[in-house]
Amino acid sequence: MQWDVILQALPKLLQGVVLTLELVALSCIAGLIFAIPMGIARASTRWYVRSLPYGYIFLFRGTPLLVQLFLVYYGLAQFEAVRQGPLWPYLRDPFWCAVITMTMHTTAYIAEIVRGALQAVPAGEIEAARALGMSKTQTLLFITLPRAIRIGLPAYSNEVILMLKGSALASTVTLLELTGMARTIIARTYLPVEIFFAAGVLYLLIAYVLVLGFKLLEKVLRVDTGQLGR
Amino acid sequence: MNNCKKILLALAAVFALVSQAAVADKLRIGTEGAYPPFNLTDASGKVVGFDMDIAHALCAKMKAECEVVTSDWDGIIPALNAKKFDFIVASMSITDERKQAVDFTDPYYTNKLQFIGPKSAKVAVDKAGLKGKAVGTQRATIAGEWLEKNMGDAVDLKLYDTQENAYLDLSSGRIDLVLGDVFVNWGWLKSDAGKEFEFKGEPVFDNDKIGIAVRKNDPLREKLNAALKEIIADGTYKKINDQYFPFSIL
Repeated sequence: MQWDVILQALPKLLQGVVLTLELVALSCIAGLIFAIPMGIARASTRWYVRSLPYGYIFLFRGTPLLVQLFLVYYGLAQFEAVRQGPLWPYLRDPFWCAVITMTMHTTAYIAEIVRGALQAVPAGEIEAARALGMSKTQTLLFITLPRAIRIGLPAYSNEVILMLKGSALASTVTLLELTGMARTIIARTYLPVEIFFAAGVLYLLIAYVLVLGFKLLEKVLRVDTGQLGR
Repeated sequence: MNNCKKILLALAAVFALVSQAAVADKLRIGTEGAYPPFNLTDASGKVVGFDMDIAHALCAKMKAECEVVTSDWDGIIPALNAKKFDFIVASMSITDERKQAVDFTDPYYTNKLQFIGPKSAKVAVDKAGLKGKAVGTQRATIAGEWLEKNMGDAVDLKLYDTQENAYLDLSSGRIDLVLGDVFVNWGWLKSDAGKEFEFKGEPVFDNDKIGIAVRKNDPLREKLNAALKEIIADGTYKKINDQYFPFSIL
């Protein structure tokens, strides 16, 4: 193990960490925003409401993130219409391609989490709200959703950590996030063990901070006291 | 006790012989399989190309049975040292940095680096002309190293996993130029996708010798050198060369 090589590579690797965090933060927040309505629709009892989200989730859960990323980055750029279109300034940029793909990917997973959480809200609580004279919308906003957020939060934190590791694929579209930076340094030093070890430790640290953050959030939202059967 | 030792020693000797024989029988050629026309994977999944023709010709001269193993480009040297294969025939440039990790045979061809870009754009391939241009190349190649060293502060350098991906982004207009091996660029310019593009300027680098990499101090190196001399002397090399290029690349 050549520690001095790791030390020299550290500033560059930290630059990569910043980009990794940007990718994960943007896609996981945007993903959550899109996933909540999609999850609500997915949990609907009406087939025509739930079929569209069902199809979306089926498509994005059933294909690898790498394939999706290549289709968005290299695939869309093949079409003249896309290259002349208004979105090209964004689709031209590998950063936005990665953010868009990761968002679409994680939205599918989070929507499933939202659906599961909504369906896990005890029926008695919803009935109680309705019996007190709350409308369907009021019940959803004030009773079902807050309960579902507590139920779904641990699963969501899991998804964020999965996306942290999934973001490594952005290195295949020229982005120098943590993995891309590590591979570029290895191309110069031929020391994959040292550099990947350092990158692995950095991923671990990020994951650790995320776990701590979600633990705190669970405490604030009192997830543990909100469990079923209490 | 003594007998025991003798038996153990004998067993060890047999094992050593057997394992050596196994190694000697079958040589594994490491290559990338994504670098046309030198090494590429054809429709049936077989790795073909100039590198492979040379490698098989060398194996025939060494009377060795060879099989081809593919590896990602940026992990190919570590894989050689981890004994995933015995020598790399993958259009690898001989550089001082790589020589610290592996040994090289005599060069089996010489490469030049030259820019390509759209026919419609006028570019001067010097520091001033390239300022602010997005230039793509493959990660962990001599072209990447050259760009970082000579143009690092002037150009927006984009590193790709394969040369093919750099061409894809050149055709979609995400990048202005690609720097790459002149033969590989030449192959792409001839293809349908490369119609709208051309070489820009003169080759920027022409002392790029391509060799076969072997593990440090591996006697295989001398065998490969001898075989290489033979195929050049008996015309096998020229025959392979002419199949791919209308000019000699030795």
